[in-house]
Amino acid sequence: MTDLTRLTAAGTAQAVAAGEASATEVARAHLDRIGEVDAAVHAFLHVDTAGALAAAAAVDADRAAGRPLGPLAGVPLALKDVLTMQGVPTTCGSRILEGWLPAYDATVTRRLREAGVVILGKTNMDEFAMGSSTEHSAYGPTHNPWDLARIPGGSGGGSAAAVAAYEAPLAIGTDTGGSIRQPAAVTGTVGVKPTYGGVSRYGLVALASSLDQAGPCARTVLDAALLHAVIAGHDPHDSTSIDAPVPPVVEAARAADVRGMRIGVVRELTGEGYQAGVQQRFDEAVGVLEELGAQVHEVSCPHFPYALAAYYLILPSECSSNLARFDGMRYGLRVGDDSERSVEEVMSLTRAAGFGDEVIRRVILGTYALSAGYYDAYYGSAQKVRTLITRDFQSAFEQVDVLVSPTAPTTAFRLGEKLDDPLAMYLNDIATIPANLAGTPGLSVPVGLAPEDGLPVGLQVMAPVMADDRLYRVGAALEAALLTRWGRPLLEEAPAL
Amino acid sequence: MSDPSGLIPYADAVAAFDPVLGLEVHVELGTETKMFCGCPTTFGAPPNTQTCPTCLGLPGALPVVNAVAVESVVRIGLALHCEIATWCRFARKNYFYPDMPKNYQVSQYDEPIATNGWLEVEVPTPDGPAVVRVEIERVHMEEDTGKTTHQGGVTGRIHGADYSLVDYNRAGIPLMEIVTKPIEGSGALAPEVARAYVAELRALMVALGVSDAHMHQGSLRCDVNVSLRSSPSAPLGTRSETKNVNSLRSVERAVRHEIRRQAALLTAGGRVVQETRHWHEDTELTTPGRSKEQAEDYRYFPEPDLVPIAPAREWVEELRARLPELPAARRRRLQAEWGASDLEMQSVANAGAFDVIEATVADGADPAAARKWWLGELARIANERDVEVGELPIFPADVARLAALTADGTLTDTLARQVVEGVLAGEGSPDEVVAARGLRVVSDESALLAAIDEALAANPDVAEKIRSGKVQAAGVVVGAVMKATRGQADAARVRDLLMQRLG
Amino acid sequence: MPSITRAEVAHLARLARLDLPPEHLDRLAGELDVILASVARVSEVAAADVPPTSHPLPLTNVFRPDVVRPSLTVEQALSAAPAVEDQRFRVPRILDEV
Repeated sequence: MTDLTRLTAAGTAQAVAAGEASATEVARAHLDRIGEVDAAVHAFLHVDTAGALAAAAAVDADRAAGRPLGPLAGVPLALKDVLTMQGVPTTCGSRILEGWLPAYDATVTRRLREAGVVILGKTNMDEFAMGSSTEHSAYGPTHNPWDLARIPGGSGGGSAAAVAAYEAPLAIGTDTGGSIRQPAAVTGTVGVKPTYGGVSRYGLVALASSLDQAGPCARTVLDAALLHAVIAGHDPHDSTSIDAPVPPVVEAARAADVRGMRIGVVRELTGEGYQAGVQQRFDEAVGVLEELGAQVHEVSCPHFPYALAAYYLILPSECSSNLARFDGMRYGLRVGDDSERSVEEVMSLTRAAGFGDEVIRRVILGTYALSAGYYDAYYGSAQKVRTLITRDFQSAFEQVDVLVSPTAPTTAFRLGEKLDDPLAMYLNDIATIPANLAGTPGLSVPVGLAPEDGLPVGLQVMAPVMADDRLYRVGAALEAALLTRWGRPLLEEAPAL
Repeated sequence: MSDPSGLIPYADAVAAFDPVLGLEVHVELGTETKMFCGCPTTFGAPPNTQTCPTCLGLPGALPVVNAVAVESVVRIGLALHCEIATWCRFARKNYFYPDMPKNYQVSQYDEPIATNGWLEVEVPTPDGPAVVRVEIERVHMEEDTGKTTHQGGVTGRIHGADYSLVDYNRAGIPLMEIVTKPIEGSGALAPEVARAYVAELRALMVALGVSDAHMHQGSLRCDVNVSLRSSPSAPLGTRSETKNVNSLRSVERAVRHEIRRQAALLTAGGRVVQETRHWHEDTELTTPGRSKEQAEDYRYFPEPDLVPIAPAREWVEELRARLPELPAARRRRLQAEWGASDLEMQSVANAGAFDVIEATVADGADPAAARKWWLGELARIANERDVEVGELPIFPADVARLAALTADGTLTDTLARQVVEGVLAGEGSPDEVVAARGLRVVSDESALLAAIDEALAANPDVAEKIRSGKVQAAGVVVGAVMKATRGQADAARVRDLLMQRLG
Repeated sequence: MPSITRAEVAHLARLARLDLPPEHLDRLAGELDVILASVARVSEVAAADVPPTSHPLPLTNVFRPDVVRPSLTVEQALSAAPAVEDQRFRVPRILDEV
């Protein structure tokens, strides 16, 4: 009997549709797998056993009744705990929302449910999506399945780890500065940040409203494309969602043909600051793309070195405002209400107790950057840099069809290694941040293991706004070529859990 | 010599200082749904029955702009002769308060949708109405907050309360803020100018159909800013802001009070503090609230969850073309139709009675009769009850009917006043009250003659007196007949009949 | 080069409704200094003639019709409230009108 947890999402969907396995069997297999390994990995904050089995049973009933099944019906999925799911605990990795049961589904959640996807539970994350290692979760870190002493990336380490550990073939992450792509890179999985506005943010607890996007996490590029197609599309509940057809991501993933494509290597995102093994695997992968018929050029995006600085002004500013609602009045934690204290005191005690250090750091920074007298120098200036970065992308895309870079400057570092140095932690996002600032889509695909530590390396593909399909075309082509070269998927190199 | 109340006489205050006003009016739009979500806006629903993730500020919720709210604010901007922005954004105003679910209010900051307009208002003066042009700085859109009630204190106000209860039904209702430029040159008429401006604004909202603008229900709120300077050429003084001004009367009184209070302070060598004050209608005083010396830092930034609004010029012009007759134009038209004098129109304005009089005339009444009723008896009653005439429970159709019944002799003025009493008491329409109370004029001639004969029989010497020229004696008979008919006779007619009787 | 004082951080903490002990304020002052020094480089390239971007995509005029949609039930609205009385959210004493 095939190990159902080793199937791709596409394979699982086919099996369920063909009656080779029931959705319930598939769900049970994954719940069992979670039971076996999650004590060590800690990808999940909440496993919704009853809900998952009910969803699976519904798919089985549909199939038995001859009703049509969606392309991902019966496929299990792990949902980052930053997206609301009605009646299921949603914590955003924070104490301030411990035990909160939302009264509504995020649009992404609703679309998954409607597609017959079986949501297994909510995954761990850096608190309110602030971090690059998932160490800032109030509920303890997630461990990288490749090496349990290492970080799985962040903020969406739980989603990436769940997929890498075969606890689910699919996951949903959110990406504000790289929180889908960077975990994908350090766990040897695929992660995509769609064009800003491509996927609804309704029900996505906001970190930085002008940067956040939900996106797919998977073990293959095609799986990610299939998930992308289910969750993307205009949502009237989200004023910033794009009212246009979803780019043809699945076709592009299946086509996987890069002949004649012009690929730009971003000069400012290579070389110094990048771990040698990471740079090496990246260069090799670019070589493979050339062999596949793409034309490779070097492209300069001169303002990219300022992206990190702009990001760490824009994000804290927006998040300081987005997180103001967590005050203990309407939901979540309330601390210090002894019927004597004033509302101000209770709010202040609640927030100090409920928020972790990184959140407090960014809220204070953001409050500062927006303050009277500082706005122009900080937030105002950062928004100008954003314009310059957008222009860099536009001008680059006049020369090439996609841009590539290493996804992250290093492989997975050790737990605790960068916790005391916020700036060092922020540097993990150096290659992924520009796409968030400009709203352009980005994908990370595994391109090998770094020779010095045997840990996964990801290559990032970036495309123009609404050209998400190009990501999948390049990613799938590279994936197929590398698979041929390696003989088996990279993830199978990971030690057994 | 300082008054222990902290005020100096008004005349002294305006003799010594030149007042400058600034008025901020918030209008709740009468849309079906809230500004950023589809929750209903019905007034008076049970608490927290009209909320959703968006207006409750639940994590993950997002706003989407109400199209009709934008159309309304553009129309208001056009009616106020403003420039409508070609491109503008919403901004977040960040501060913490339990009635604001997100702890920021979505508003507009440096990019309001309408700017630089004006409104001409007629201000009653001893020499007749004067026209004052109030310059409008800006009109912008924002969302209303929830309602807090304070529990445990004595007065139901914040100070001394133990805790508060919050109802978010009102949170997210579309609010429009209209801000004037400094209103200068009103001098002693500043209170009247303020009142006239707010009244005209209210009439405008109603004429446009964008709000019912009830100050008592809070759908129109006014904050009054007052500052004094030594002369019109001196720099502006420090201003105070007074809130909780809930009626036109309060607007006028609050301005007058602030002028007197500030003048007293300045005259005594003191300094006006920039602060927010609270108006108390019962004591006719303002008391200090939050000091604005430490201005709250709202950290405004463009709202990232909403995209900019760029009203198309053709659409704006179409809205302009479809604006209804605005109050000033309407008043000119009514004055011509009614043939009324300036002073008469001013009385109508003072009583806030244009709508009701126009409607009464539309229901068939003679304009003079309509004015007489609304400005006379009904205005008197409204004053007694401390409401506006339009808020009395009697309709223009009723008044038109009364005028008709009086004109055809069914009722005398005296009887008609009793009918009014009955209608106001909820006894029914004028006809129903007449029937129920039996208030018809006794017009049956034979019945009157019978009563007259009885009265003459009871007062034998009256006939002689009248015939000999002492006509006043008729009063005895008329009085007796009125008594016999319980006041339901037309005294003049009785007198005529008596005279005929006696030859 | 910004040098943030504990008093400034305390002011920011008040604005942000965060009750933090002095040690935490001091630590934050140091961390913010380092971060701000690093991010201050945005002003190097943020020339006056560069327009700021507040929204990554050029969308405008996104509206919804003025039509009532179902609200949450009262139970749903109050479901996560830390304190409820009279079908309203009960909150601690408010000291100041706003």
